[in-house]
Amino acid sequence: MNEMPNIEQATAMTESKISADKVQVYYGDNHAIKDVDIEIQPRSVTAFIGPSGCGKSTFLRTINRMNDTIEFCRVEGSIRIDGEDIYDPKVDPVQLRAKVGMVFQKPNPFPKSIYDNIAYGPRIHGLARNKSELDDIVSSSLQKAGLWDEVKDRLDEPGTGMSGGQQQRLCIARAIAVSPEVILMDEPCSALDPIATAKVEELIDELRENYTIVIVTHSMQQAARVSQRTAFFHLGVLVEEGPTDNIFTNPKDKRTQDYITGRFG
Amino acid sequence: MSLFWLILIVLAIAVTGYVLGRARALSSAGGERSALHSLPSYYGANVAMKSAVPAFLLLICWLLAQPFFINSTISDMIPDSAIAEGSSRGLVLAEVRRTARGLDNAVASGAIEDDFASNARADFNDVTARLKEAGQIVTSDITQPVLRAAQQYRVLVASGNFYMSIAVLLVAIAGALWALRETNKDFRARNTVEQGIKAILIGAASIAILTTIGIVLSLVFNTAEFFRLYPASDFFFGLTWSPSFSGRGGSSELGIIPLLWGTFYISVVALAVAVPIGLFAAVYLSEYASPKVRAVAKPLLEVLAGIPTIVYGLFALLTVGPMLVSVFGDNGLGIMKAGTAVMTAGLVMGIMLIPFVSSLSDDIINAVPQAMRDGSYGLGATKSETVKQVILPAALPGIVGAILLAASRAIGETMIVVLGAGAAARLSLNPFEAMTTVTAKIVSQLTGDADFASPVALVAFALGMTLFVVTLGLNIVALYIVRKYREQYD
Ligand SMILES: Nc1ncnc2c1ncn2[C@@H]1O[C@H](COP(=O)(O)OP(=O)(O)OP(=O)(O)O)[C@@H](O)[C@H]1O
Ligand SMILES: [Mg+2]
Repeated sequence: MNEMPNIEQATAMTESKISADKVQVYYGDNHAIKDVDIEIQPRSVTAFIGPSGCGKSTFLRTINRMNDTIEFCRVEGSIRIDGEDIYDPKVDPVQLRAKVGMVFQKPNPFPKSIYDNIAYGPRIHGLARNKSELDDIVSSSLQKAGLWDEVKDRLDEPGTGMSGGQQQRLCIARAIAVSPEVILMDEPCSALDPIATAKVEELIDELRENYTIVIVTHSMQQAARVSQRTAFFHLGVLVEEGPTDNIFTNPKDKRTQDYITGRFG
Repeated sequence: MSLFWLILIVLAIAVTGYVLGRARALSSAGGERSALHSLPSYYGANVAMKSAVPAFLLLICWLLAQPFFINSTISDMIPDSAIAEGSSRGLVLAEVRRTARGLDNAVASGAIEDDFASNARADFNDVTARLKEAGQIVTSDITQPVLRAAQQYRVLVASGNFYMSIAVLLVAIAGALWALRETNKDFRARNTVEQGIKAILIGAASIAILTTIGIVLSLVFNTAEFFRLYPASDFFFGLTWSPSFSGRGGSSELGIIPLLWGTFYISVVALAVAVPIGLFAAVYLSEYASPKVRAVAKPLLEVLAGIPTIVYGLFALLTVGPMLVSVFGDNGLGIMKAGTAVMTAGLVMGIMLIPFVSSLSDDIINAVPQAMRDGSYGLGATKSETVKQVILPAALPGIVGAILLAASRAIGETMIVVLGAGAAARLSLNPFEAMTTVTAKIVSQLTGDADFASPVALVAFALGMTLFVVTLGLNIVALYIVRKYREQYD
């Protein structure tokens, strides 16, 4: 999964999808993210790793401005997506979130039918002109999420009645149904068994062809399996970022080395 | 010995028992706390509990049983011949008790000596005269049997109280001694106290339940009595409500339908006001308001719930009624004759229910997990889209439960109806006409001077029973829905 040639990476570097510049995040007085600069490549998977509480989720949430929903959270610095500063007052966070989708750490299907769960986003954004277009979006999203065969006969059953792994894939399908350009995934496999995890990883690998993906994970193996680049966070600081192979085989920073060899975290 | 002193002595025994129990436990362990099974205070509490609780239970039972016993003894002493025409045994017994109390008071104030009061050969004329002299109220002249009975009554009460004091004190001391005897370092005082506390709590809970059952039973008996005097079918299906207080209520028509209709109509108007406003307020408070606004607005709204309903009634009578009349009355649209109307009461009752609906809904909306909101916002939904399509559907069962609870309050409301809707029972569709409800009629049936045994008064119990069944049904449905909803996220 990791055989992206160096030349391709080099060209990609020049026009990154997301570029963060001196990002600071505060929760009240708690300085949770300090001076983070990072470039995220289009059509690739970037993994965020780091010990618990280091700010991975916090930084992920700044990319689609989910932190706006937290009253006392403050973000400074600039984050650009396709060159546009998403914290510019002109930008509508609601519109931004349709472009930058998010899959949460804990599966959170709505207490609606499976169909309505997937159709929720397209309906809000008016992506389908009629019922059959909506049906197409629902079935193709479920297919991409690898869930279609399991649920095609029970689309009107509640999404909350599925297994944890199915719910997680339902949430992924729900996110891709609005055709975002970027998908942010916060520990999407934390609640899954190895088989479901493998399915989700396979899915991420396929999605990479069309989407820019950022994934937070606690599993070093998972980061190694699915990502092309890896960023290591520690105590709110981005310690090291680079091609996944380099990070795992030849880390430059002592803290990274300690973490991936399991000496702390 | 008066009751007060008796209670005080029992408490003193309990306190002494506590101290002794504690000391005894400690000394049995050679003064070493760690050798005891429980903390020393538990041994003390065990002794105090075992002396006070049974003693007080005995006291309560005795106080409840003694009047029954004395009454039946006295009753046997009064021959049928002593009961005057048109009177009853109950009235004569009341007379006996009154005389006995008169004698007591006269003796206490020193007007007559104890010997004289209890002299079995005393002449009743003499006693009456002496009692009147002493300033005691004696309604009719005391007859010989009444005087004898009254004297016997005094004797029985005095000896009853005496034996009661002895028995209670004996039980208290016996309990204390028994508990002290079992006190030693291995005794599991902590567990015993735990058992005792559990028993006391169960007692409290059963009192609450027993009273409810008692209330229902008293309703049931009186309702049954009413249906003996008045046909149930006329009551449930009668379309007119016109009680006639003259005579024994023979010509009354006591149909519940107009009252139920009034209750229903006013409640519907009230809910039509309270539900949308309360719900919107709840959505604003839980989803839109900043913490600062919320911290001020929520308690403020809940203060409304603390206003006594009579104040709302005055508001209906003095403000809302006249205001509606000025718009819909003869000077305006001409469809409203007086300030008291379904609309007046309904509007004000709706205002009263707003905090009720909003506070319950607010709790329910807050119980919708944040993850639901995140999921919706993460897909690019706005706040109102999220509220409408995710939060309200998820909270719907709970909100329905809240509305049903509000409805059962609206049905039970009385003061606002009395002051706002008038007293005329009427079957009409016009919301600007005066109507009345079941509760308002219960009050007016029982506060009139009708004979308590006539159907006109007894109908109040049948009305109360009907209301009880209706609200109970609503509450059960509401609680069922609320509980079912709770399970969804656990
Ligand atoms: N909603 C919040 N309110 C206040 N502080 C927060 C909030 N969310 C996160 N923080 C703080 O920000 C810091 C980073 O938290 P974050 O959730 O980003 O960690 P994380 O790297 O995702 O950890 P984990 O791997 O355990 O999920 C922590 O110190 C945390 O206490
Ligand atoms: Mg996290």
